[in-house]
Amino acid sequence: MIGGLFVYNHKGEVLISRVYRDDIGRNAVDAFRVNVIHARQQVRSPVNMIARTSFFHVKRSNIWLCAVSKKNLNAALVFQFLYKMLEVMGSYFGKINEENIKNNFVLIYELLDELLDYGYPQNTDTGVLKTFITQQGVKSQTKEETTKITNQVTGQIAWRREGIKYRRNELFLDVVESVNLLMSPQGQVLSAHVSGRVLMKSYLSGMPECKFGINDKVIVESRRAADSSSAAGATKSGHIAIDDCQFHQCVKLSKFDTEHAISFIPPDGEFELMRYRNTKDISLPFRVIPLVREIGRTKMEVKVVVKSNFKAVTKVEVRIPTPLNTSGVQVICMKGKARYKASDNAIVWKIKRMGGMKEWQLSAEIDLLNATDKAKKWTRPPISMNFEVPFAASGFKVRYLKVFESKLNYSDHDVIKWVRYIGKSGLYETRC
Amino acid sequence: VKDSMRGLAVFISDIRNCKSKEAEEKRINKELANIRSKFKGDKALDGYQKKKYVCKLLFIFLLGNDIDFGHMEAVNLLNSNKYTEKQIGYLFISVLISENNELMRLVQQNLKNDLASRNPVHVNLALECIANIGSKEMAEMFAPEIPKLLVMGDAGDTVKQSAALCLLKLFRTAPEMVPLGDWTSRVIHLLNDQHMGVVTAAVSLIEALVKRNPDDFKGCVSLSISRLARIVTSSYTDLQDYTYYFVPAPWLSVKLLRLLQNYPPPEDTTVRNRLAECLETILNKAVEPPKSKKVQHSNAKNAVLFEAISLIIHMDSDPSLLVRACSQLGQFLSNRETNLRYLALESMCLLATSEFSHDAVKRHQETVVTALKSERDVSVRQRAVDLLYAMCDRSNAEEIVGEMLTYLETADYSIRGELVLKIAILAEKYASDYTWYVDTILNLIRLAGDFVSEEVWYRVIQIVINREDVQAYAAKTVFEALEAPACHENMVKVGGYILGEFGNLIAGDARSSPSTQFQLLHGKFHLCSPPTRALLLSAYIKLVNLFPEIREDIIAVLESDANLRNSNVEIQQRASEYLSLARNSTQDVLATVLEEMPPFPERESSILAQLRKKKPAVEDAIRVRGEKQQQRPASGAADGAAASAAPIAATPASGGGGGVKLQGDIAGAESNTDSDLLGLDFGGSAPAAAAGGGGAGGGSVDLLSSILDVGVSSSSSSSAAPSAASGASAQRKTVVVGAGASGSIVGEENWHKFVCKNSGVLYENDILQVGVKCDYQQSSGRIVVYYGNKTPAPLAQFASVINLPDSSLTNQLGIQVKPVGDRVGASEQVNEVITVDCMAEFFACPLLNIRFVYSGVAQSITLKLPLTINKFMQSSEMDSATFFQHWKQLSQPEQECQKIFQAKFPMDAETTKTKILGFGFSLLSNIDSNPANFVGAGIVQTKSGNIGSLFRLEPNQQAQMYRLTVHSIKPGVSKRLCELLETQI
Repeated sequence: MIGGLFVYNHKGEVLISRVYRDDIGRNAVDAFRVNVIHARQQVRSPVNMIARTSFFHVKRSNIWLCAVSKKNLNAALVFQFLYKMLEVMGSYFGKINEENIKNNFVLIYELLDELLDYGYPQNTDTGVLKTFITQQGVKSQTKEETTKITNQVTGQIAWRREGIKYRRNELFLDVVESVNLLMSPQGQVLSAHVSGRVLMKSYLSGMPECKFGINDKVIVESRRAADSSSAAGATKSGHIAIDDCQFHQCVKLSKFDTEHAISFIPPDGEFELMRYRNTKDISLPFRVIPLVREIGRTKMEVKVVVKSNFKAVTKVEVRIPTPLNTSGVQVICMKGKARYKASDNAIVWKIKRMGGMKEWQLSAEIDLLNATDKAKKWTRPPISMNFEVPFAASGFKVRYLKVFESKLNYSDHDVIKWVRYIGKSGLYETRC
Repeated sequence: VKDSMRGLAVFISDIRNCKSKEAEEKRINKELANIRSKFKGDKALDGYQKKKYVCKLLFIFLLGNDIDFGHMEAVNLLNSNKYTEKQIGYLFISVLISENNELMRLVQQNLKNDLASRNPVHVNLALECIANIGSKEMAEMFAPEIPKLLVMGDAGDTVKQSAALCLLKLFRTAPEMVPLGDWTSRVIHLLNDQHMGVVTAAVSLIEALVKRNPDDFKGCVSLSISRLARIVTSSYTDLQDYTYYFVPAPWLSVKLLRLLQNYPPPEDTTVRNRLAECLETILNKAVEPPKSKKVQHSNAKNAVLFEAISLIIHMDSDPSLLVRACSQLGQFLSNRETNLRYLALESMCLLATSEFSHDAVKRHQETVVTALKSERDVSVRQRAVDLLYAMCDRSNAEEIVGEMLTYLETADYSIRGELVLKIAILAEKYASDYTWYVDTILNLIRLAGDFVSEEVWYRVIQIVINREDVQAYAAKTVFEALEAPACHENMVKVGGYILGEFGNLIAGDARSSPSTQFQLLHGKFHLCSPPTRALLLSAYIKLVNLFPEIREDIIAVLESDANLRNSNVEIQQRASEYLSLARNSTQDVLATVLEEMPPFPERESSILAQLRKKKPAVEDAIRVRGEKQQQRPASGAADGAAASAAPIAATPASGGGGGVKLQGDIAGAESNTDSDLLGLDFGGSAPAAAAGGGGAGGGSVDLLSSILDVGVSSSSSSSAAPSAASGASAQRKTVVVGAGASGSIVGEENWHKFVCKNSGVLYENDILQVGVKCDYQQSSGRIVVYYGNKTPAPLAQFASVINLPDSSLTNQLGIQVKPVGDRVGASEQVNEVITVDCMAEFFACPLLNIRFVYSGVAQSITLKLPLTINKFMQSSEMDSATFFQHWKQLSQPEQECQKIFQAKFPMDAETTKTKILGFGFSLLSNIDSNPANFVGAGIVQTKSGNIGSLFRLEPNQQAQMYRLTVHSIKPGVSKRLCELLETQI
């Protein structure tokens, strides 16, 4: 299991160091710094073996978070834990950077004590952790309170405490998808997939039980088989094929397996209800048509057309890479602002309000400097896009979300529900 | 103010302030884009801007980014007259422009201009750049130029200095490019230069040159001595800039002293006295109280002193100096500085080998021993051990060996192995009393058994066996040593061997009765490794012979399943063989078979060789010096002796393996140890033999191959033998020049067929078939020789050599052979590729000599290689006018050759045509008035030029005769072509 956990800044200075097992010595701290952070060649592998010790690291802005072990342990578990830990820290003090970590190091040590015990991950749920690790000063807790916490943490429903009461029962549901695409210059889709998350924010009283319905093919079809009469008139379209999905620990998996129903008692506050991935029938929000022409050895012409395939107004950014020997760029675009950003070796084209079903064009003339070394040819990296659109590209739909609370007298109708769809760009690239 | 390049400073500070690698990368990208746009821009950049941007590029490059532009701008900077701009340009070029860049040509032009410049600063910059690039190409280009600068009368000091250093660098990269001319004698006189910097640079250059050919620079000895004298006698105020912490010109002094070490002591007495005075002054200065407490002062002073001492040791002629050096070093032995102690011990090591100072060194024995015990630094302790080893002689051997043994108990693991070897050697070398020797070695095994190599205990056994007087004592001591509860396996080996041989000598004592001896040995048996167990079994059977009364016990042991059915074959075999020997043979047979071992032949200790292997440099130095001491007149004699000894060692090697097995068996299981004990020492003598032959040899394999070589080539030609023997590098000589055809040439008739065709069987007998396939293109050709083994047995030691019967052939033909392996398997075919370049016309024919051993009989076949001048001829077409024009041009008597001869084959026109075309000529029709005549032309292509040839063949059917006329540019060629063609028709 995890033998130790270190946090470094970008210079390789140790900010946090917590050793859980004796087989990890102090020199492990230096080993990682020397061999990974300060390595001559940039180390790209997140797992590194140095002197029979495994180092797992993730990097967030300028902070290195590194777990160390001498044992042969499950790497996926370690990374899941590291990301969870980043999430926990983020929810406690916002952005993870050197300054925040330095300011909160007592809190972080306190958290680390709870998150890991002898190297085994324990409770990583923010909501629960916040019940007994607070950023405010130490509040003397009565005996009842402490037993309550103990009971709750060790009980069956560890993620929700009893006796929550709200005047307004509200529920927010966000479907956030990131769209990934790689397209050939001719417009052929080389690879495309959507990874989505359903985020939920619940402000519900008591211990409500929720039922969640989506337009997944499997679920819908099983439902239809159950009551064939009602489904007779339903159209066949409108169902999506989810490749795989995973749920928050509150979802009763046994019920999902037998009845294909998503049923759960939600934690209080914000949490991620489910995650899914989809590769079929993705509606691509934008199409990029590149045209690159090299005129001689010192000039290049680039034309890029962006088409939107939906009806809404959004903000878009297109990034067009330029050769490494660019000496000057002249850009003309019909809409938005385009600028040559030398530090990134790219032309960045920003359109603040891109209308639906529209088509805009940019053309640029790039002057090139004669390189002394002719052997190196420009590799033409793909054109990438950044956007956020108000619909789910996979076609994911929330069909219903029902809340049942037997003890308190409020019904499903009294709960105010908000549903929102967001489609973000992941790696949305077109080769040129 | 403008020269401070503010933009650069800002850029660098920006980079330094970057928080992350990504930020740094972004900043660099931005800067690169900026520079690109500036370079590309329409506005012409002035020198300052160019310099600034080139500087930035240089900085970015040094941060680890690739730079692929800006080279042109950097080269442009070279044209500037400003120092800073030129300097940055050169800097960029020496760092960034690779050797084979096309801009190099431009750079070289600029360098040339600057070298010729009147401004010494520019010349210096160019010299620096040449030295920094220091490529072969640079050497080729500038090596002839730079010496001129060096000896030019009016050149400035700085130019001379840079030129010397630049030349040194070029000399180091490509010594062959630097021409030695009359400047070499003038360069010596730079030692007299007024400017100390010039002298320092020149000394470095001269030393490098001296290493290559010392004779050319003999004159520098007296000059450098007088220079040295001037420096050492000067006070530190005289030399101003060149005084370093009150020491006058320490670097120069060290260099001069080092230069002198390349030569023997000067013969001229005045010069010699002068040098002696210098050295004495240096020694005197060492004892003076220091002028400064700073470490730099003492470091500089000691550097000069140590170099002087090395020179004294190198000359090895002045006893008083040697003794003084020794006493000075003695003082350093107790110095606080670890480095000084180390150096003192190291130098003393060399002093100890000189006959003059050996006694002086011995006086410090006690200090050295204390150093050994109390020194903290392991490397210094190591040196102390070396010194003790070097200063040891008969008088103090017992003491020193005793000290070493006591030290061995606490010694570091890293030097134990070597220490053990040294003790073993000293004990043997200076043993007056062999009981002492036996005691020492047994002690050694007891103290550091793991570090005692096989050789050490082999040696003790050899000595015990050869010296009757110690045998009883050895048996007793060994017995006592074995009684210890825990003893090392090596001790068991020695014990087993000695008790097996001489157990009877101590059997009279009740405490060591036969059965006790046996029990004692057998008590250790189960703790030992298989080789030792095998050895113990041999010891047991020997004991059966010595003490018949314990026969039954031993039979019981041999019979036990643990031995008789051991998984180790060696143990099993020994057990079963010895068992039947013990059971079935009479006492007489036993006594004969298991007789006491005969004495070993005396020879050099194999331990010494091992020590030498461990530390070649130091030991060799000591050894060579030792030899010099013993036999001053002929220092090379030792090597010669080794060489002559080698064949003697090698001859019994072949027979020694099996014949005397039983003897060897007793000592050890592996066959290589057998041979070692028997005094053959194959592995050891092989390198010696190879080295004696003239080259540095490898292992015993080398010896074999070189013997083979001598065997093969000496029989083929006497002149080839030395050359082949000297090629200890195992690469067999495949082309031999100037050897007379020793064997009779066979297969002549087949050879003639090849004049007109290119493939076929060249030779065939019951054993071997030699096929040839050639193709020629212009002046080069490729001949593939196929050797087919027709027998069901392999041909061993297969070798082929190409003999050039006429020595002029070496210039006419360039022959390269890709040799075949030394074995042709049964019914196998191997091929040998010979590539031939025709340099000029040739007339003789190379011979191919094939040697191999078939069923134990050496065979040799000499064949003519089908390589004739017409092979390089290409047919050429021409019309009748041109033909007659050429014919007339080439009609001088020596260019024409005409022959009238009897036809050798039926006179068929078609066959003749094919043959002529195969020969290489073209056939031109409609030229000769008589259609029966053949007329043609061809061009012989050689590397040195083309040789046009024309011919006319007139058959006379009635008389069965031909008249052949050949015209050719070169006189010999027409004759040769005529001869060749004559044989064909």
